[in-house]
Amino acid sequence: MISISHVSKSFGATRALDDVSLEVARGEIFGVIGQSGAGKSTLIRTVNLLERPDSGTITVDDTELTRLGAHDLRIARQRIGMIFQHFNLLASRTVQANVEFALEVIGVEARERKTRAADILDLVGLTAKASSYPSQLSGGQKQRVGIARSLAARPSVLLSDEATSALDPETTRSILELLRTINQELGLTVLLITHEMDVIKAICDSAALIEAGSIAEQGKLVELISRPGSRLAHELFPLGEVPASATGTVIDITFSGGAADRPVIAQLARDHQLDVSILGATIETIAGNQAGRTRLELPGSPAAHTKVVADLRAQGLLVEVVRGDVA
Amino acid sequence: MIDTTDPKFWSDLWEVLLLGTGQTLYMVSVALLVTIVVGLPLGILLVGTERGGLFERLFGSRRLGIVVNRVLDFIVNLGRSIPFIILMIAVIPFTRLIIGTFIGSTAAIVPLSLVAIPFFARMVEIALKEVDSGLTEAANSLGASRWQIVRKVLVPEALPSILLGLSTTVTSIINFSAMVGTVAGGGLGDVAFRYGYQRYSTIHIVAVIIIIFIIVQSLAAIATFFARRFARKSIDTLAR
Repeated sequence: MISISHVSKSFGATRALDDVSLEVARGEIFGVIGQSGAGKSTLIRTVNLLERPDSGTITVDDTELTRLGAHDLRIARQRIGMIFQHFNLLASRTVQANVEFALEVIGVEARERKTRAADILDLVGLTAKASSYPSQLSGGQKQRVGIARSLAARPSVLLSDEATSALDPETTRSILELLRTINQELGLTVLLITHEMDVIKAICDSAALIEAGSIAEQGKLVELISRPGSRLAHELFPLGEVPASATGTVIDITFSGGAADRPVIAQLARDHQLDVSILGATIETIAGNQAGRTRLELPGSPAAHTKVVADLRAQGLLVEVVRGDVA
Repeated sequence: MIDTTDPKFWSDLWEVLLLGTGQTLYMVSVALLVTIVVGLPLGILLVGTERGGLFERLFGSRRLGIVVNRVLDFIVNLGRSIPFIILMIAVIPFTRLIIGTFIGSTAAIVPLSLVAIPFFARMVEIALKEVDSGLTEAANSLGASRWQIVRKVLVPEALPSILLGLSTTVTSIINFSAMVGTVAGGGLGDVAFRYGYQRYSTIHIVAVIIIIFIIVQSLAAIATFFARRFARKSIDTLAR
């Protein structure tokens, strides 16, 4: 649906994006995570060409945007909604008029504007605030207006530029739920950027990690969590540092799908007569599935541990040796 | 010397003041209209042709954008730095060209507009620069045209500041309109000059001061009222 291909962009001597390629499938929610200054904001702004890339191509819904002239680009942008960290609402207009603005742009006549804007405000749950001004709204309500405005022209794609970064955790959750609802009910493809792993966990189907203008890793979350050495997966299940007191072999086991329900550790202790200690554990719901990661310390000789790891792997579990001499 | 005991004095005074006020209001309102019509687009163009502005590439050419920006900036600076009394004399040939004469209230409108346009254009420029660039960006993301952005985003959002700038502009137009009176432009300045200065009539001077004060204050009050009405943001912050 969105295809970013070999895109580079520099600002003076700073290389903001360096040969970035991303594929966002139709109907999915794709999250790009990175620290500030990693280039994620530049990346999302190149998708609707608010920032024109120096090289590379952008294709949205089978239209290669980077080839379009000014007029055709405007038309194409009308099919790509965008929401912003600071909402960017018109202070001089009411909520209703802010939503209607998007329809004025595409030339919808007054009466239809009114009904369409009212319908969308209903969808985002702001009907009661239709005649309020943005300054009278809370942050979450402002973002709902932003979402309503971005959806007014019935786009096929929604870009979210740190849309929840200015909001408190509670409000963030409700806005993310709204995005999920829109994604499912309207079949909208969503590309979002964020610096919060929680956002990725909460609603994304796929994710990419961006660092210093390059994509370090990308894929579907369900695949990432069972990918050995995946940094995104480690970020999803932060287990922290290995405590200094641990002397034996330390392994991380990742459970996903059916494995999450099995008594793996109890079985391990029984079968191998091992007094395993649990150093850390975390369970998350990722892309709608339960998944977890447990860090274990295995006492005794490393030689016996090779068999333990092999056994666990045979059960279809992802096992990573954090410390110790085990193959 | 004026004789206040003359039975005709008060009716004369009334007549002179009425005529003067009428002429002043006429000069000021027409000059103001011209100032808005020319100054507003000028201010928009000044901001727009800047680097990263909406009209950065005027008619597709960045070079034209730069040239227009420099030229406008120069004209505005020039207009703002020449003392009005000199400007008024300097533009006499131009006034003659378009009005046919340089004497009278109608002719005075030309220098008044010329001095007010650069002033107002700067005010508009400042007001537009205050508009959050995120709004332009949001409008761009919706596929708005440049004209739509100017008309539906920039001007409405900057309107409160523009109105306050307009209020300052009117005050300076009134100020200069009094000066025009001394070179046969008519109006209240002419009244003050001919009766107050040349014939030592304190009553005329005081009356003129009161009338001008009332005009300036009422216009400022009107402008502030509308500026506040449009500035939802500041009203709401004040209310809390």
